[in-house]
Order: sequence, then C-alpha cells, then structure tokens
Amino acid sequence: MKLITHNMLTSKCLKGVLTGYPLAIKATNIKVNEVDFNPDFISRIIPKLDWEVLWKAADSIGHSEGLPQTIERNYDEDKEFLKKAHRVLLEVEVEEGYLTCPESGRQFPITKGIPNMLLTEAEVQ
Amino acid sequence: MDTPYQSHINKNDFDYVYEPAEDSFLLIDALEKDLPYLKAKEPIFCLEVGSGSGIVVTAFGMAFPKTFCFSTDINFRACEMTLSTAIQNNVLLDVVNMNLVSCFVNNKFDVVIFNPPYVVTDTTECGGCGIEASWAGGVKGREVTDKLLDAIPKILSPNGAFYLLLIKDNIPLEVVQLMSKKGYKSETIITRQVRNEQQLVLKFYK
Ligand SMILES: C[S@@+](CC[C@H](N)C(=O)[O-])C[C@H]1O[C@@H](n2cnc3c(N)ncnc32)[C@H](O)[C@@H]1O
Repeated sequence: MKLITHNMLTSKCLKGVLTGYPLAIKATNIKVNEVDFNPDFISRIIPKLDWEVLWKAADSIGHSEGLPQTIERNYDEDKEFLKKAHRVLLEVEVEEGYLTCPESGRQFPITKGIPNMLLTEAEVQ
Repeated sequence: MDTPYQSHINKNDFDYVYEPAEDSFLLIDALEKDLPYLKAKEPIFCLEVGSGSGIVVTAFGMAFPKTFCFSTDINFRACEMTLSTAIQNNVLLDVVNMNLVSCFVNNKFDVVIFNPPYVVTDTTECGGCGIEASWAGGVKGREVTDKLLDAIPKILSPNGAFYLLLIKDNIPLEVVQLMSKKGYKSETIITRQVRNEQQLVLKFYK
C-alpha cells in the first residue's frame, strides 16, 4: 500500500463510525521501490490529496524527513519538494502491517502490500 | 491501446481468479474507442472495481501514464494478480481488497470502470469472495451492479465518467433509467454478440 492510497481510505462504512478518517498506520515491513520521477504527474496529484493526512501518515511510519508540513503556493515549481512528495506518495510501500479505524479501533490487516478492508455484514451501517 | 503482457501469470491461478475473456477485451475496446474523450479529460485518478487479473486497469494505465490507477476486488487472489500484472507492465497502481468501493473517501475518481459478475443466478449464489464472485450476479445478474450504481455519485469526481459492461439479460435500459434518476447521461460505446450473449459497454457522465 502506497501512502497515496492511505489518503483515500476511510472506515466510515462501519456501523457507528462518523468519519473514520484518517486511518492510523502500523507498519511492520516497509519497502522503498524506485519509481521514475515525473514532476507533472506529482503536481497534478497534490491538489487531490489531504496533505496534512499525508504528512502525518509519512511521519507515523518514519518517512517524513524533509517533507514540509504545509504546501507552498508555488509548489509545482519546486523540484526538490516534488521529489520528496514523489518518494512519499509512490515509492514508499507498506508491505505488512495494519490500518486502524480512529473511532472504533477496528484493525484492517495489510498483507503483501494489499490492505484488507472487507467487513462482515454485521459491521456495516 | 496495447494488451498487457500476461505470460507471468501461472495458468493454474485462473482456477481462483477470473481469466480474461471476451468481456474483458470488449471493455478494453470500449475504452480505446472512447480514447479522444478520455484523453481530453486528463484523468488524474482511475479506479477499476473488481479488477480480477488486472488486464483492463493495466491496459488503461499503459495508455495513460499520467494517471494513477487504483483497483479493488473482493477476492484477495485477484488483488494479488492485479498487482503483479501492473508491475510486469510497468504501470503505477495500488490495490485494495474491498467490497466494491465501500472504504474510499468521496468524489476522487475521474474514471471508474466495472466488468461486474453479470450472470443471472439465484441470490444465494452471489456475495461470496472466491471465483464464483466473478460471475454470479443474482437476480437479473444485477445484484452487485446495482449496489455500485448507488455508490457512483459518491465516488466519481464532479466531471467523472463511469464505464460499465452489461449483457442484455441485465436489462440495460433499466440501468440507464436508474442512472438518469441520479442525474447521469448515458451512451452505448460498443456492443458485441459473443456466442449466446449480447454484451455492451455503457458510459455514464454528468
Ligand atoms: C467478470 S469478473 C471481471 C474481472 C476483470 N475486471 C476482467 O474484466 O477480466 C468480475 C470481478 O469482480 C469481482 N467482484 C465481484 N463482486 C465484487 C464486489 N462486491 N466487490 C469487489 N469486487 C467484486 C470478482 O472477484 C471478479 O474479479
């Protein structure tokens, strides 16, 4: 699971959960893959994300070094910044671990890089 | 659009995961036919629901190197296969083992693609998470599809497009009407007769 995906996941479909966002991450195995850097691609993705959630997620798994907590206005011209965002969004992979619902504490395992967000019928709203 | 390389897949795995078939290729052909429209959209995020082997979303990713692709499947082995198909073809993609789109935040996806389990079966046959989930569609072959239709307004970005494969038994006109009530226009992109099945791909957009 890449952090770009974590940014889009919620457990709000759980019964009694209001926002279920962001999910906490506990990583027991992290991999860093090299991915071709494409500054345009990264610039286009950033406005679609919740940056604060991304920063906190990166920080919680020890990968926030050098990553600014807030985004500058001209971020798309700042190559160094885009490279850091690229790394955190696309290169860092949580291979094993789990996600936790911030409200209910329900855990979702991540196995072979794939989060398991399946719920039983009794758990859904 | 190019067909993704698949020879990395162990044929035995198709006992557990839907093997690409005419419907998969019709969906790819539909996307190819609609390429000018899709290119003009410059999609940032694309999502394939029920990606199976990953052939469709990977073909999409190959044609759109500036789009980040996501996929879900209820079958974990399908999730694994999708991930490996994407990696083998150098496509950036992330996979989540999920029921349809239940755990995504609202309105992020510019393109959503679904080749559902569309075979008419008993209700009791659908709802599993093994190979039967790739075809068992319950009443009218629409039980899984209809659940996704309800989620489309919450999942598509404001100018997003949704591509859905159906067969005639699914009563496509009813689907068009359901979506029209939600404010979506529709278009038939492609149709094809495959043995005794009339397959088609519809596009929905605002
Ligand atoms: C007809 S197969 C299509 C596979 C692939 N997209 C293709 O075109 O070759 C349907 C896929 O949907 C998945 N599926 C069925 N029900 C689902 C659900 N509720 N949520 C997510 N995926 C589901 C199945 O596991 C299967 O992989």
